[in-house]
Amino acid sequence: MTRAKAIIGALVGLHALILLAGFASPYDPTTQTRTMPFAPPARVHVFDADGRFHVTPFVYALVSDASGAIYSEDTSARFPVRLLTHGAPYTLFPGVTSDIHFFGVDAPGRIALFGTDGYGRDVFSRVLYGARVSVTAGLLATLCALLVGTALGTLAGFCDGIVDRIVMRAADVFMAVPWLYLLFAVRAALPLHLDTRAAFLMLVAVLGIVGWARPSRLVRGIVLSAKERAYVQAAEGFGAPPLYILRRHVVPQTYGVILTQAGLLIPQFILAEVTLSFLGLGVGEPEASLGSMLGTLQQYHVLASYWWMFAPAVALVTVATAYHALTSLGHEHARLVAS
Amino acid sequence: MRLIASCLAAIVFSALPLRAATPPAPIAAGEELLLQGPDAGRHGGRLVVALRAEPRTLNPAVAIDAVSREVIGRMGGDLIHINRQTQLTEPALASGWTRSKDGREYTLTLRKGVRFSDGHPFDADDVLFTFRVMQDERLGSSNRELLIVGGKPVDVKKVGQYSVRVSLAQPYAAAERIFDSIAILPRHLLERAYADGTLQNRWTPATTPSSIAGLGPYRLKEYVAGQRLVLERNPYYWKADSGKKRLPYIDELVFLFTGNEDAQVIRFQNGESDVLGRAGADNFNLLVKDQNARRFQLADLGPSLEYNFLFFNLNDLSRKNLPQVAARQRWFTDLNFRRAVSRAIDREGIARLVYRGRGVPLWGNVSPGNRLWQNTLLPHPPRSVAEARAILKTAGYSWRGDGALLDRQAQRVEFTIATSATSAQRTEMATLIQADLKELGMDVRVVPIEFRALLERVFESFDYDASVFGLGGGDADPNGEMNVWMSSGSNHLWHLGQSSPATPWEAEIDRLMQQQLVALDARERKRLYDRVQTIIAEQQPFIFLATPNVLVGARSDLANFRPSVLDPYTLWNVDQLYFRPQGTSGGR
Repeated sequence: MTRAKAIIGALVGLHALILLAGFASPYDPTTQTRTMPFAPPARVHVFDADGRFHVTPFVYALVSDASGAIYSEDTSARFPVRLLTHGAPYTLFPGVTSDIHFFGVDAPGRIALFGTDGYGRDVFSRVLYGARVSVTAGLLATLCALLVGTALGTLAGFCDGIVDRIVMRAADVFMAVPWLYLLFAVRAALPLHLDTRAAFLMLVAVLGIVGWARPSRLVRGIVLSAKERAYVQAAEGFGAPPLYILRRHVVPQTYGVILTQAGLLIPQFILAEVTLSFLGLGVGEPEASLGSMLGTLQQYHVLASYWWMFAPAVALVTVATAYHALTSLGHEHARLVAS
Repeated sequence: MRLIASCLAAIVFSALPLRAATPPAPIAAGEELLLQGPDAGRHGGRLVVALRAEPRTLNPAVAIDAVSREVIGRMGGDLIHINRQTQLTEPALASGWTRSKDGREYTLTLRKGVRFSDGHPFDADDVLFTFRVMQDERLGSSNRELLIVGGKPVDVKKVGQYSVRVSLAQPYAAAERIFDSIAILPRHLLERAYADGTLQNRWTPATTPSSIAGLGPYRLKEYVAGQRLVLERNPYYWKADSGKKRLPYIDELVFLFTGNEDAQVIRFQNGESDVLGRAGADNFNLLVKDQNARRFQLADLGPSLEYNFLFFNLNDLSRKNLPQVAARQRWFTDLNFRRAVSRAIDREGIARLVYRGRGVPLWGNVSPGNRLWQNTLLPHPPRSVAEARAILKTAGYSWRGDGALLDRQAQRVEFTIATSATSAQRTEMATLIQADLKELGMDVRVVPIEFRALLERVFESFDYDASVFGLGGGDADPNGEMNVWMSSGSNHLWHLGQSSPATPWEAEIDRLMQQQLVALDARERKRLYDRVQTIIAEQQPFIFLATPNVLVGARSDLANFRPSVLDPYTLWNVDQLYFRPQGTSGGR
């Protein structure tokens, strides 16, 4: 049970961090600091250059050499890490704006925990904001796929006959669609000036629409077997109307499958969003998403020289692992209940 | 890592068949050799070069793509050559030439005793045949446009077995330069194919080596599709060093096909290739930092002749159904709008971030790398958002409460910059511009699209707002830029397909470019071209951004490696390269 608590705690923590990206990150993810491209992660010290101990952790400012490529710490001034400081304004939720950040340092010091990218933008802030885009896309696409999948699967299982055949053949077709190429085609047909929100919604819609087929098949199977149960036939015998039977006896049977599917689909769709953004089909610059951030690793020099640019990959693995752990937890729970 | 690299290198090299190299032919009596350079090198060795793609053809008459031309350049000889280091013309297959007083006739004396790489002698008939082929409309040679002067093809006549006369319809400045890189074709091998109309299909990389011949330092030896193309020494090459040792020094030239710049750099870094044609600043810095850097000689040659720029769609859209783009054109056609954009762009930032400091900001079309032609009096106004806002304000623009820029009709100023998805650098420039223009309240979106789709939008459909492109980098002479600045030019990107100049300043540029084309005095040409540069800088049809430095490298024991800022950057003097014996000190 402690494992379950740990997994659920980790997931809740991750989502809180992502949801409160504006608060948790020290900088605006799109602000460029052009004097600091590809600066390495800031080192947080408690001992200064002379070996003296300081209670408040601090950072030193980074200065680059003449070529602009090699950074070193300027130990002449300390910049203590402050909690709940004022910084760039952000929107926490629609309608709620703030400029209070969980941590930060006074200018001209900078605390880039995961370093900076080629435009001098803070990678830590971008990972949080990027994860918000990627995870939200995953969640919304899953919701969309499950709603459509459950509705069509129930319909097919309950009505059988011609309706069943049409829905299931459609599911086959959807499963066979090479959706990556479909997306390329859809993007090419749309106007160039697609704003960030529209691009995001398009991504979610395409992922959701393509992803309904598998859950719908599973739901159909459950509905078919549920229909044959004695208590369902008894209810029918007592003259219960079909909608009542569906709501009261059949649909509740599918909840387990739907939840397991959700656990599987969310990380899968997050990865799909990452793939698409990696290929330049997702949200555009200057907005961040985990995929578009990983896209810069396609360049050999970034791959070879700046290890901190792998930060979005670490974030992605963490989120996906947490979801997979949750799914296996669900399986174990189901097995326990069954036995 | 190093071990794996050397194993890989060993595998690559062991796959190349080892056969005895063809020795240079002994110098014949009466053979008029071109003696070059005091440096006495030594014969032998194999030079490996990684190419981004496979050459499509080895036929000089139909080659268009850069990779094919790079290979063909090593297999062909021209009459008059542009020295890539001095940027001046020098004798090649023509040992000398005279110009008539009116500047319309050139008489070229050809070198005697020269033989093609198959041993067949070369004379004036080969020159006549070459020009007939290059000027043939059916073949669509990329050299054809160059050979039209004053609206008429240049006329080439035989005067004697070793002499030809070239007549032009009008005097033409720098006429000698048109002969550069036009490879002379062997009439004895291609005349029949030309008569049959099958010439354009001849000489693919897969052609039997013995049926291809040229006058360059190398000839075809072997081609393995998808992997490599091997050239061997042309034993009859017409150049020798001061000690009368026949060039080229290096026995074989191997071109490997790699795919992209990153793969080229990795091969070079691992020692699998000996020369790095041209690298981006990021990859170059990576090599500089490489702990094995002693194995390379790396050179930063300073600004290239290329210019990168932002431009707006000023095309005539009356026949296109693009109401949205047409609506946004009322900003783009406004000179004050373009000036404000130019003032707000952080060019220094582009040079620093995109080129990692290995590039320079630009305010005009002629880069500082082109010392002969740059107008040094052009102003270089520094970035000023306040100035840019003042320009917009006087032009009637205003700002909303949230800082968004509105035009006179209270419309939000928003547009898209389309860039090529395969060019990370130009997309980076656009992203920096996006942030710069946000400070003016403009909502700019950057859309990287597939390169061919981008070309289709810019050249055909005109369905775009703005884009970032790069041009130039060929010849230093302004004549190479005619197709960009002439209002009817095929690269007049901002407004294509003009039957007559759309604006008075474009008309003036047309006039000036025509005048410099026929002016024979170099100072007069410079004065005219300076004026062209001034008009372009004032009118800002292109908003110039920056030019990258030319960054190249070679194995440290490669001697005579003298890269140039003109294309081809590294292999222009391939005939003089040689490998220093091990143990002797390096340094150029």
